[in-house]
Amino acid sequence: MDFLRPATWEEALAAKARRPDAVPLLGGTDVMVEINLDARRPAALLDLTAVPGLAAWERAVDGRLRVGAGVTYARLIAELGDLLPGLAQAARTVGSPQIRNRGTVAGNLGAASPAGDSHPPLLAGDAVVEAESAARGTRMIPAGDFYLGVKRSALAPDELIRAFWAAPASGPQYFSKVGTRNAMVIAVCSFAIALHPAERRVGTGVGSAAPTPRRAPEAERFLAGELDWTGAAPLDARVAARFGALAARAAAPIDDVRGTADYRRHAIAVMARRTLTWAYDDYRKKAAECA
Amino acid sequence: MRVNLTVNGRREAVDGVWEGESLLYVLRERVGLPGAKNACEQGECGSCTVYLDGLPVCACLVAAGQAEGREVRTIEGLAAGGGLDPVQRAFLDRGAVQCGFCTPGLIVQAHDLLARVPDPTDGEIREALAGNLCRCTGYEKIIEAVRLAAARRAGSA
Repeated sequence: MDFLRPATWEEALAAKARRPDAVPLLGGTDVMVEINLDARRPAALLDLTAVPGLAAWERAVDGRLRVGAGVTYARLIAELGDLLPGLAQAARTVGSPQIRNRGTVAGNLGAASPAGDSHPPLLAGDAVVEAESAARGTRMIPAGDFYLGVKRSALAPDELIRAFWAAPASGPQYFSKVGTRNAMVIAVCSFAIALHPAERRVGTGVGSAAPTPRRAPEAERFLAGELDWTGAAPLDARVAARFGALAARAAAPIDDVRGTADYRRHAIAVMARRTLTWAYDDYRKKAAECA
Repeated sequence: MRVNLTVNGRREAVDGVWEGESLLYVLRERVGLPGAKNACEQGECGSCTVYLDGLPVCACLVAAGQAEGREVRTIEGLAAGGGLDPVQRAFLDRGAVQCGFCTPGLIVQAHDLLARVPDPTDGEIREALAGNLCRCTGYEKIIEAVRLAAARRAGSA
């Protein structure tokens, strides 16, 4: 096994081009488990720890946030909790404090597990993955196009994830996850919602209930049309129930060790209804304050 | 490969490290510090918790090469000058130790919590220790020990 330790981003891209079999390494919370348990023996590790700037985030000129691949879950919670609340909630459910001190959203993206906790809020918040290769430069991949299959993504073998982009929340965002206990648990299934009031649009993300994380477009369209965007009326229970049913319909779960397909569909409907209720309650409160 | 790192204030140059080797293995088998324990090797149990550049991490999930040029502080480094750290003292006084296997990880993690949150709520203690498994104390004594360490720190016990 080779241990590649590029000192700059350019060196990292060159290394990945030369060695497409090298596995990028940052937090190590996925990769090292596989190596420790001998489930995988990569030909090379590409340690990005020393690459300057990866652990930083910034607000771009267009107002969006560009979050470097090395920003840990712990820092995302502490520094971006107000700006990306849905993602920060999801980050708080990842592993333990020790894991959150190391793990990154980029690592979650790179692994592309359908159960990754950051995927649903990235989908609901229209996040975009910034990928780069030495040969073709930078490529912006919308989260909705990023996940191709179980642990398969749109990332090319010579590409590295440099950052993800997301607009600061323009409305309430919530994440919900079902696990067999409160901490240190992989999602049985999960759901994220984001209200985008300016465009009267709804974002969703369904996790661990299909071969890939995915949106629930029918549920989004239905809710965007039915929601009282003036915030005057309380949430119509029938609208919430229908939203839940449509979200569940977007899922294509399997029976596995963590749960049955039927349970997952049911839980997605419940979580969709609940997260909508939380989000809309916040929205109405805000609307009342502004009135 | 060779890995240069600082462990408990001492510079170490470790040779013959396998590229897929964990920091935990380096600490235990090459540097000779068996305090951090090797149990699950998948970040689930927290027994191998050490500080890496001041942040508690599972040493089993850090590739040894990632520790190049960085600072590690293990349970052995908490008992500075031969005396026990107040968190260690509190674990002893409250009987929060049984077989002792999970103890180093729990103490490092509790040590970090109290450094950040001097007077934690029970909820904060439980969340901080959520990644540290103990199969024999039942956790109550551990939580009591963290409370005691916090109280002593504040001068109220």
